[in-house]
Amino acid sequence: MKLGSLTRRLGLAAVAFLVVAACGSSPSNATASCSESTAKTANAATACGGMDALVAAAKAEGKLNVIALPPDWANYGAIISAFSAKYNITVNSINPNGSSQDEVNAFDGTSRAPDVVDVGQAVALANTAKFTPYKVATWSDIPTGAKESTGLWFNDYGGYMGIGYDSTKVPAITSVSDLLGSAFKSKVALSGDPTKSNQGLNGVIMASVANGGSLDDVSKGVDFFKQLKQKGNYVPVVGTPATVKSGQTPVLFEWDYLSASHGKDVSSWKIFVPTNAIIGGYYSQAINKDAPHPAAARLWEEYLYSDEGQNLWLKGGARPVRQAAMTTSGKVDAAAAAALPSVPGTPQVPTGDQTSKASQYVVANWSQAVS
Amino acid sequence: MRGGRRLPLSSIGVVPFFAYIAVFLLLPTAIILGGSLVAPDGTISLANFAGIAKPYMAKSFANSILISAVSAVVGAFAGALLAYAVVTGKPNGILRRSVMSAAGVVAQFGGVTLAFAFIATLGTVGFVYVFLQERGIDIYANGVWLYDQTGLTLIYLYFQIPLMVVVFIPALDGIRPQWREATESLGGGTWHYWRYVAGPLLFPSFLGCTLLLFANSFSAYATAAALITQGGVLVPLQIQALLTSETGSSSPGFAKALALAMIVIVLVVMTLYTLLQRRTAQWLR
Repeated sequence: MKLGSLTRRLGLAAVAFLVVAACGSSPSNATASCSESTAKTANAATACGGMDALVAAAKAEGKLNVIALPPDWANYGAIISAFSAKYNITVNSINPNGSSQDEVNAFDGTSRAPDVVDVGQAVALANTAKFTPYKVATWSDIPTGAKESTGLWFNDYGGYMGIGYDSTKVPAITSVSDLLGSAFKSKVALSGDPTKSNQGLNGVIMASVANGGSLDDVSKGVDFFKQLKQKGNYVPVVGTPATVKSGQTPVLFEWDYLSASHGKDVSSWKIFVPTNAIIGGYYSQAINKDAPHPAAARLWEEYLYSDEGQNLWLKGGARPVRQAAMTTSGKVDAAAAAALPSVPGTPQVPTGDQTSKASQYVVANWSQAVS
Repeated sequence: MRGGRRLPLSSIGVVPFFAYIAVFLLLPTAIILGGSLVAPDGTISLANFAGIAKPYMAKSFANSILISAVSAVVGAFAGALLAYAVVTGKPNGILRRSVMSAAGVVAQFGGVTLAFAFIATLGTVGFVYVFLQERGIDIYANGVWLYDQTGLTLIYLYFQIPLMVVVFIPALDGIRPQWREATESLGGGTWHYWRYVAGPLLFPSFLGCTLLLFANSFSAYATAAALITQGGVLVPLQIQALLTSETGSSSPGFAKALALAMIVIVLVVMTLYTLLQRRTAQWLR
């Protein structure tokens, strides 16, 4: 889902395989059942005979293929383990550092294809023909603008673009233009290649908005990085937990929820979100229309959008899409919510169209600006 | 059997080779050719090739060619000098044996490991950089060039020079000491020897080896991908971006058109290489 993303600990996430002792294998609900063909087209749990039948069908499939979910991205490691333990389903997690495009590229019709994807908006919009509509039980909690009306895709979690920095290596950042100062020589990096990574592109969009541009005008952001490059402050390395830990990227444009996780490696790590350029971004869930494990795919979505799943994302520092509804109902993990960086101002979220236009501009101008 | 048609028994031996070529060279090339003709809207056209002319793409091609040319020429000269030094030493001396085996190993050292080796030594937290910095020498005073074309050229030289040694030594070995003696007995000096005897003999081989180095760095991908993680400075990196872009700029057909353009360039270079090798071969046996 994200390029140049987090750790390279492939092995850790290759197969999350947990077996619980209490694996009551007999489906308890004998009256309602959900055959594979029913599951394939079910657009809600009720169409599959209800939650119990869906759980039974998913358990019978026994497997779920996921892709591009780094274990330290929005707490996915814990989410996969918890899902696997709760339903006794083996989760096959492939290519954890892949991009959103890699996710849909992997829809190859085989039994190894991803059942579900977690993709950036541009990829979600461009590939609706490959998804199947599904509405989770908590569908009504998802704001209208954050979902495709039939359920082809629906936002899952998001955050704001911030600038993380090691406060022992650079002075406190109070505005984006601070980065042009001499104290930041060879220190500033992006967490993705903006010509192809959603996160990297949003970093440039944020720099643009902070420098007089707008969501429709990313050119100021490209100019800003050109200046950074000319001053020798720009490091053309994609920031990852590894580069932060080793000190190669002491100042890093990144989603705030990912940046927050560097605190465990670098205790002096801080996050700055510019009040004049709060750029929000959501990722979306979608189900592969040829999912090899259709029931497990649907159960995974039900789990992610349950209070439990949403709170796990929240613990990872991401803002789950049902957070507002759960705050009202009192189901939200208050401690985790309080730990989120405060965002003083009005967030702006680029539309798919704005993202696509920004991408075209960046693709055409980025390499000249920074090389 | 003599005079008649031979049973193609001897050609059975090369079947695995041709099968290998078919599966790993011809088939992928055919797929790339086919894919490059499919425009984004699904029709068959040459639209993808028009994209190569876009300024930023043309710049990537220029960068790729420049880096390959510089690293090939510098690598060829440095490698040839080293090879000459080795050849003029004892044929089975310790120098020759150690240089040859070291060159053989290092010429194949590339990719992520090589990029990492440079990042760990010359990177912004690399020990050589930090060591120099503590003594007041900042090699990155004007920006971090390690992650630029400059750095990439330097890193490519790491395998280009030894590769030149490996491929050029056979040509140098073909030069017989008697030719030099003959030159001298006819009254020629060092200049005459190099200008009229060794130079013309070695030049085709030298040029051919330079072309080989060019193709070697032109097609290199992993080292550049591991080092330059941002911005498609080189064509292979542009191809990667076009295949994996998650911001709406993914275009597999265009990527294949770029790949085909690269294949054409390498094909031209390798054809020249073969012609030069053929010319060299008549002397060096």
